[in-house]
Amino acid sequence: MNITKLMRLPATIGVLASTVLLASGCKSMIVFDPKGPIGSQQRDLINITMLLCLIILVPVLIIAAWIVVRFRDKKGNDAPYQPVWSHNTKLEIIWWSIPIIVILILAIVTAKYTYKLDPAKPIVSDKKAITIQATSLDWKWLFQYPDQGIATVNYLVIPEKTPIKFELTSDGPMNSFWVPQLGGMIYTMSGMATTMYLQADETGNYMGTGANFTGRDFAKMGFTAKTVSQSDFDGWVTESKSGGSALTEEGYQTLAKPGTSDRMTFASIPSGLFERIVHGYSMSRGAPPGYTLKAKTLSGEKALEDSEGGQLPPGNNAQKDSPDVGSFGSGHTYHKLDNHHMYHGK
Amino acid sequence: MRGEASVIDQIKDFASWFFVSGDPLIYGADVAIALTTAAIIFVLSYFGKWGWLWREWLTTVDHKRVGIMYIIAALLMLFRGGVDALMMRTQLVFPDMKFLSPEHYNEVFTTHGVIMILFMAMPLMFGLFNIAVPLQLGARDVAFPFLNSLSFWLFFFGAMLFNMSFVIGGSPNGGWLSYPPLSELTGSPGVGEDFYIWGIQVSGIGSLMTGINFIVTIVKMRAPGMTWSRVPIFTWSVLSSCIAIIVAFPVLTVTLALLFLDRFLGAHFFTMDGGGNAMMYVNLIWMWGHPEVYIVVLPAFGIYSEVVATFSKKRLFGYGSMVFAMLSISIMAYFTWLHHFFTMGSGANVNIFFAISTMIIAIPTGVKIFNWLFTMFRGRISFTTPMMWTLAFIPCFVVGGMTGVMLSVAPADFQFHNSYFLIAHFHQVLIGGVAFGYFAGLYYWWPKMFGFKLNETIGKWAFWIWNIGFYVCFMPQYVVGLDGMTRRINSYGWDTGWWAMNFTSTIGGFLMGIGFLFQVWQIAHSIKFMEKDTTGDPWGARTLEWSIPSPAPLYNFATTPLVTDRDDWWEEKERIAAGKMPKEKPKLEPIHMPKNSPIPFIQSICWFTVGFGLVFHWLWIAIPGFVGIALTLLAHSFNYDTDYYIPVDEIRQTEAKAGRGV
Repeated sequence: MNITKLMRLPATIGVLASTVLLASGCKSMIVFDPKGPIGSQQRDLINITMLLCLIILVPVLIIAAWIVVRFRDKKGNDAPYQPVWSHNTKLEIIWWSIPIIVILILAIVTAKYTYKLDPAKPIVSDKKAITIQATSLDWKWLFQYPDQGIATVNYLVIPEKTPIKFELTSDGPMNSFWVPQLGGMIYTMSGMATTMYLQADETGNYMGTGANFTGRDFAKMGFTAKTVSQSDFDGWVTESKSGGSALTEEGYQTLAKPGTSDRMTFASIPSGLFERIVHGYSMSRGAPPGYTLKAKTLSGEKALEDSEGGQLPPGNNAQKDSPDVGSFGSGHTYHKLDNHHMYHGK
Repeated sequence: MRGEASVIDQIKDFASWFFVSGDPLIYGADVAIALTTAAIIFVLSYFGKWGWLWREWLTTVDHKRVGIMYIIAALLMLFRGGVDALMMRTQLVFPDMKFLSPEHYNEVFTTHGVIMILFMAMPLMFGLFNIAVPLQLGARDVAFPFLNSLSFWLFFFGAMLFNMSFVIGGSPNGGWLSYPPLSELTGSPGVGEDFYIWGIQVSGIGSLMTGINFIVTIVKMRAPGMTWSRVPIFTWSVLSSCIAIIVAFPVLTVTLALLFLDRFLGAHFFTMDGGGNAMMYVNLIWMWGHPEVYIVVLPAFGIYSEVVATFSKKRLFGYGSMVFAMLSISIMAYFTWLHHFFTMGSGANVNIFFAISTMIIAIPTGVKIFNWLFTMFRGRISFTTPMMWTLAFIPCFVVGGMTGVMLSVAPADFQFHNSYFLIAHFHQVLIGGVAFGYFAGLYYWWPKMFGFKLNETIGKWAFWIWNIGFYVCFMPQYVVGLDGMTRRINSYGWDTGWWAMNFTSTIGGFLMGIGFLFQVWQIAHSIKFMEKDTTGDPWGARTLEWSIPSPAPLYNFATTPLVTDRDDWWEEKERIAAGKMPKEKPKLEPIHMPKNSPIPFIQSICWFTVGFGLVFHWLWIAIPGFVGIALTLLAHSFNYDTDYYIPVDEIRQTEAKAGRGV
């Protein structure tokens, strides 16, 4: 039995099927379904680079297939055989120059778009940008609206067609703030603040997530970026200010402890909290040296692990049909505990 | 009575703290490890093989045996890393399944990454270096045989230390590169991170020494007449890989040492508290980490070049271009590290520099693809297993390279970064480029190692199952990545719509697992029904290693070959076929050989002890380990009895046994 022949059929079917699958999958892939100016430009850039690469890729694959078929070691193969032929300056110049030209074009495109899409560059708009200060915590997101004086946990509400200036930091491990349909991601790092401008052009609920691994419940760091009209946004701000409870310094310390959280809304925030989160690190002393501690093994860790009741992380469509994201007040529970506590010395 | 009970309780407490408890999967592994160890001890004792094991293997300095030990260890690690992969894929089939708890999942993907790169790809690569390079050069051994043995045992005991974390203390769970602050004591208070640091540290020292050893071997030990333009292409690829090793590995050693100082002494190199900077770690680890992927892929390029030329029955096309391309890749590898954190928030200028310096690597790589294609052009291609893996590599690597170029476009990377798109990309280049290459090399040099070929039919089954599994597994991951799925998550919402793709991907993963089982069957079957290779040149190959019997005798070449051509052995065969006289061989002379030494094995155990003591912060174990290292160093320094000569009669007998008159 000739395996090569036997397997050729399933392999071909597999490749064709996956091509169809990929092509049909494109429609639903959210990176290709942007809802804002940054996301759309990134989609265009991805398409340009993909096309540039395909210009080389497709001919190479065709030539490869042709060569493999044509020069098989088979009786009666009349293709030319030149065992000593191993150098041709002209040919080599050709295939050194093809990738050089393509990479040159790609480099120019990349440079142009890198300046254009610099995340810290403000988006040109008639409307004034709204600042949102995002802090990644273990394992939840805190969003502060310094101008509005409110804060949310694990969900965002933003007005449509308005540039949003995200100021990002982390109070814990390094994470990454990512809302694919609005634009790319930027790392959040403790002791540092990064900036990223995004804008949504349509109302809707967009999936947001933490993209850099941060430990146990990293998978549950999804959040919803809810985009509403300007008047709905103003209404939501007023409602949040009157309805919720205040975020205090002590409340923040509790929130920052490791554990997952439901959505929450706070009617007020302590002024300068974000700056204190960023600066706190350079002021404080770190953990006690390891030699002073008894080595911890995983048996102890496992005993502390809690199940969170089988809750699944939020996705990209779940919130679309769900009732309006309301205030959850402060009636939430905190999970877990001392063992993972970060010694920030604050 | 009471005193006894409390001692027993103390032992119980200690055991339940020391051994990982509370997970049925790990209890299963405990049992499996205990049974395997017992079986090995029983078999060795029953057949009285302890002395043989010690004399022939544990103390050997013969590059061929060291190579075989590397390969065996690497294949075992491939199995372990593969099981890790299948466990993750199983968990991701049904996101709300409680197959792996979040912490266990984190440990599994961390160890999968570390094992596959450092304890599978690296030793498999070093194994092939050891098997092929001295033979291709016409040398008796590597430049420093003792050091070579020490390198192997350091790798082996480093890997053992790392693997032990699985059942003792707990595995690392901070990702395969352990970014701080997660990997600092505050984020990971367990001993897992210390196992990570010391496992890699000990084996990393071995890797650095191997890099030095092979550079010296290639520069100094070439047979007379082997000018640089006649060096076989695989050896060139090893040289370029080793150049990258000696620059990259010291960076890794220092990085991990600093992280250890942070964790153990409370230093602040990488903590923002106290004035350190976590991003410094990320920079440093990728200054090693990105060259590392070129370190493992360059030798694979060398293997493809050898295999393509051999099985197209044609000279390699564009030898000069190929060498230039490989050397330039090994240097350009140092200007790409920052593309791993385009999303850090550095300015556009920095991102542009690293985006373009990354893309540029596509140029020499693309040229190599053309050269391989034109080696086959006007040749005669035979579809043996090594050649099949090489042919499968071309489309796989071209697509992987294309997604790599897409990732290098900084603003587009803001969307791909840390997503499954990235996961699919690097698995495509690492499996399609590195693993396929090493499989090709393993099949290709297998007869030279053991004197028989592996079964081709089962090999082709394995090949097809692997390849179909590969595409089924990784193509859907590009799609879920673009649909917003991030790496390293152990569950996701049903509403995300990622299930179908993850399910498909898991099927592909298991297909690759079945492919691996076919390879195991292939080896077992071939050992049982082996056909001895009497020619020494079963493939009709081109380079010097095929001019001697298989398996190669202890001294490799009875007389040092005189090289007059690039494909010297091929030209010699052509001359004989044309009825001309073969090259004249010099008279037999006694051969100078290195003596076996137990010191590499013993010293590596001492390193293991040091690592283990420091992981648990038990200085009473670590300090004797340090003393042991110092004593073995001294013992070796004052040992002058390190070599001997093989007399001419013995060479003549050995050659006659292999069917060669001298």
